[in-house]
Amino acid sequence: MSDKILLTVGLASAAFLVRNLYQMFMVLPDEAAQGAIYRIMYFHIPSWFSCFTCFFASGLASGYAIWKKNFRGDSLAVAATEVGLAFTAIGLATGMIWAKIIWGIWWTWDARLTWAFITALIYAGYLMMRSMIDDPGERMRVTGVLSIFAFTSVVITYKAIDWWRTQHPGAILSFRTGGGNTDPAMEAMIYQNWFALLLLTVVLVAVRFRMEESRREIEGLRRAVYAG
Amino acid sequence: MLRQAWLVCVKDVRMEFRGKEALNAALAFALVVLILFSFAFDPTSEQIREITGGLLWILFAFSGVLLVNRSFAREQSNDCLDILIASRVPASALLLGKAMANLVFILTVEAVCLPVFSLLYNINLFLLPQWLLLVCLLTSWAISLLGTVFAAMTVNLRLRELMLPVIVYPMIIPALAGAMQLTNVVALGKPPEGDDLIWVRLLVGFDIIFTALALGLMDTILVD
Repeated sequence: MSDKILLTVGLASAAFLVRNLYQMFMVLPDEAAQGAIYRIMYFHIPSWFSCFTCFFASGLASGYAIWKKNFRGDSLAVAATEVGLAFTAIGLATGMIWAKIIWGIWWTWDARLTWAFITALIYAGYLMMRSMIDDPGERMRVTGVLSIFAFTSVVITYKAIDWWRTQHPGAILSFRTGGGNTDPAMEAMIYQNWFALLLLTVVLVAVRFRMEESRREIEGLRRAVYAG
Repeated sequence: MLRQAWLVCVKDVRMEFRGKEALNAALAFALVVLILFSFAFDPTSEQIREITGGLLWILFAFSGVLLVNRSFAREQSNDCLDILIASRVPASALLLGKAMANLVFILTVEAVCLPVFSLLYNINLFLLPQWLLLVCLLTSWAISLLGTVFAAMTVNLRLRELMLPVIVYPMIIPALAGAMQLTNVVALGKPPEGDDLIWVRLLVGFDIIFTALALGLMDTILVD
């Protein structure tokens, strides 16, 4: 993507985030049971959605890279994974802050939290693995397969609240509950903030993708110099 | 393909039972850890019943990774791995064969450790042998299959021994969690029912999904 497009998307994301913050704090009221802290959900849920989107994109890109032997797919996979991990960290941190205030504890070992943590560990392992393989072709194949395997953990994380009785709250969004749990204006805010974060995600992934492509080019040139 | 997988399996099992390198190490390791457990908590208390499953499956996961780690490393001397890949055995059959061999090794370790654990800690694990066998088979297959796949991935790495556990343990947690719960239930002499059955389903689903994924992707890891 050209610089101009990226800059436009980035600015749009920033503008949208500012507008969302105004809505969250100035327009929408406190939640009846939780008070003001519920607003962290406007970042918690969208962060996880962005994180899942990134990991899904990483799996798709890895599959494409393996199938077509395409290094650009590999670069996209690592870019998406790194950004996804950043959103995982945000999701875990916001969740922990909320838990400290509502539950009185930072962490509990219920299925949802545990699996979110496991997912983070697996994708961190993916990044570690990348740094250990020198041959670019082998790196693409091996970590590509790992990324596809790792996505199963994302699915378990997403479905954990349906499969087990968790301390983590169950589904609140209407596409999972059929509606009635959440005020429509509050639910709409979640999607709006997700949209803003998605724009940010696109920018971050694109920037990281370029870095990875440059890195690969430098690596190739270095190899050519040594060979010649 | 099954016949070729069987050949690879028989070859690996024969090699291992002749040399007993990895198997002896894994068995010795497992027994030492079994003894170490007795220092971690009061070995005569009743509480140990509640953590039996957890202890045993942590032990089997650790010694299992020791075993699968050798699975491809064994082929590195004399470039045997290259020859295996160049042979007419497809990569998926190679994986299947090696995973079956590893299953045999892990089950061997379990066959030794389960009675020893029962004796030392005074807990009869064999009240429902058919359920115990089912849990052992399903979980050991999960460990050996994923372990073999990731052993193939990490075989060329500098820090192979370090990297394999880092990747394998998080991936097999669903299977281990299920095995721990079920073993606890079975050790009490109750057949799994109600909420516990979800763990059986999880184990079966886990095995099916990852066997399919592994067979489909093995060519990519080894051959291309």
